[in-house]
Amino acid sequence: MADKILFDLVSPEKLLLSKSVDMVTVPGTEGYMGVMAGHASLVSTLRAGMIDMRDDDQDSRFFIRGGFVEINATKITVLAEEAIPFGELELATLDQRIVDAQEDEIAAKTDADRARAAQLVDDLKLVRAAF
Amino acid sequence: MASVKEMRTRIGSVKSTQKITKALQMVAAAKLRRAQSAAESARPYARSMANVIANLAAGVSGPSAPLLLAGTGKDQRHLIIVATSDRGLAGGFNSGIVRAAREKIAALLATGKDVKIITIGRKGRDQLKRQYGDRFLETFEVGIKPAGLALVKPISEKVLEMYRGGNFDVVTLIYSAFKSVVTQTPTVRQLIPALVEGSGKAAFYDYEPDEDTILEALLPQNISVQLLTALLENQAGFFASQMAAMDNATRNAGDMIKALTIQMNRTRQAQITKELIEIISGAAAV
Repeated sequence: MADKILFDLVSPEKLLLSKSVDMVTVPGTEGYMGVMAGHASLVSTLRAGMIDMRDDDQDSRFFIRGGFVEINATKITVLAEEAIPFGELELATLDQRIVDAQEDEIAAKTDADRARAAQLVDDLKLVRAAF
Repeated sequence: MASVKEMRTRIGSVKSTQKITKALQMVAAAKLRRAQSAAESARPYARSMANVIANLAAGVSGPSAPLLLAGTGKDQRHLIIVATSDRGLAGGFNSGIVRAAREKIAALLATGKDVKIITIGRKGRDQLKRQYGDRFLETFEVGIKPAGLALVKPISEKVLEMYRGGNFDVVTLIYSAFKSVVTQTPTVRQLIPALVEGSGKAAFYDYEPDEDTILEALLPQNISVQLLTALLENQAGFFASQMAAMDNATRNAGDMIKALTIQMNRTRQAQITKELIEIISGAAAV
């Protein structure tokens, strides 16, 4: 059995999860990545999407709405802007997030903000389509 | 000396005050539990974020460093954010924060700096208005809902907008750190330029997409998170402080009732004795 990696999932409101797991898949800005113990040190931004976690053939998923991830050989820390266990995620919540993001896109003052909001809308729609 | 009837009314009014303070104390105790766990569960995020920033900051320095991290290189124009609660009846909680704010502002003014103020919470606004009202930029209220990112976002956006507009060199946040139920310490914390905590050892990290993009997203988020943490700590501290203050008030009311009851009984007894003497001496005279 390969070594496990410590996985911390935190949102500004609380620490959702902290346990050793076999593998975590996170939605990086430049594509999904699977992380196992011994991964190269990496800091990346995350887009809205699903985090998959595998531990002893048990899978669990979380929805996150963007954030950051810090990875080193023994630990992966996900700083999510918002994180919801997949079981508690509802379509209505997701739709609300999409509406919010669309409003942000319209209200955005700078091009960078607008692009970010537009990206969030697209990502959220992808999640919704796969729901 | 007050009549027995007057004293009875007085005891009645102290009793109803005691009932109110007792109720407030119990409400505060119940709310404290929730606020405390909210404050504590917000800490891991803030800590992890501080770690990531410390790691990043070690690698990024020099002229290319982002404004929020490196600052403007000057120390002339200060923005002070004072976070208090909306309500009082919490002992020295708000006064403590305001005192820390006054000291900081006075120290800055004494050295000839420009100071502007943003207040969060009604109490801080009211207490600082007389002395520094002309320095207020904006005032926010905490509201009754538990603090969340949604509450903090407009504040941090406002601060960032003004900072990017070149209005300030240094931004400082003053709030009350929740140490325990009995200790809350007013804390002065520099928000911008970001204070880098920890060793700052340059671990070799890869960055995706790249360091600048990450820092650009991370630093504004960090401001929001620091504000949120401050508000959550404030809220927990406020309820703890209110609980203690109301417990004291309830006990004081109890003492007062006891003293007044004794006094009332003595007066009544004195009156009865007086009447008896009058009757007896009246009978003896016949």
